[in-house]
Amino acid sequence: MWFYEKKLQYPAKVGRANLRMAKYLITQYGGPDGELAASLRYLTQRYTMPTGQAKAILTDIGTEELAHLEIIATLVYKLMDRSTVGEIEAAGLGAYYADHDKALYYVNGESVPWTAAYIQSKGDPVADLHEDMAAEEKARATYEWLINLSDDPDLNDTLKFLRQREIVHFQRFGETLQLVQEHLDSKRVY
Amino acid sequence: MNREQVAALKELMAQEFTALEFHLYLDTHPTDQRALMEYNEACRQLMVLKQRYQQCFGPLTFCESSGYPWQWIEEPWPWQISY
Ligand SMILES: [Fe+2]
Repeated sequence: MWFYEKKLQYPAKVGRANLRMAKYLITQYGGPDGELAASLRYLTQRYTMPTGQAKAILTDIGTEELAHLEIIATLVYKLMDRSTVGEIEAAGLGAYYADHDKALYYVNGESVPWTAAYIQSKGDPVADLHEDMAAEEKARATYEWLINLSDDPDLNDTLKFLRQREIVHFQRFGETLQLVQEHLDSKRVY
Repeated sequence: MNREQVAALKELMAQEFTALEFHLYLDTHPTDQRALMEYNEACRQLMVLKQRYQQCFGPLTFCESSGYPWQWIEEPWPWQISY
């Protein structure tokens, strides 16, 4: 089970309202390599992991990704804050506004809604952990490209924190893959 | 939210992050005794900060005692705060 903690994992700041960046950043909310996909992928793959260690890391990283989802939501919320309908339309977000006003919705930068087809849960721990490592690298690259698109130092500070977390998660999944492989090899001896 | 509260909140966030890093590390290095000691110490310090923060500013999570009236519903929520 889960309880909510009424705080963010990291102080999510933006220097100024910026609809252009809001439009790009929403992909880390509901896009293919975003935080929702990451969290739901790990939290559903954990049930069929072979070791307590692998179950733990998927539970813990899946939970941390929910905290990242909240950070992205906070950033998008702040980037859109106080903007007028005219500004929203000029930034190419008129269609988004028609469906959602300034509410947060799970879409990518082109307003394609989130789908479970973004993720897999194969039941084979080696296949699943390879997917997880790739997912972390894709999320890291997305943060990289978002930082390239942004000239707001406050926003970039939070994006760099999130990028760094993907690197740590990749490392932990890599170690888990090795531990799982050792576990599977030890069973094969008999 | 005043400056003093934001500062206390950020201190607590940083301490919790330290504990989380050790937690994930221990998931793949369960026999690293030094990391385990540092994890236990980080958690102990976090408890102190959380207790102090919640006494001043109200509950951060489920089953932390609340002053009257019920403080959980007080704003700002985390996305409304200027950090
Ligand atoms: Fe991640």
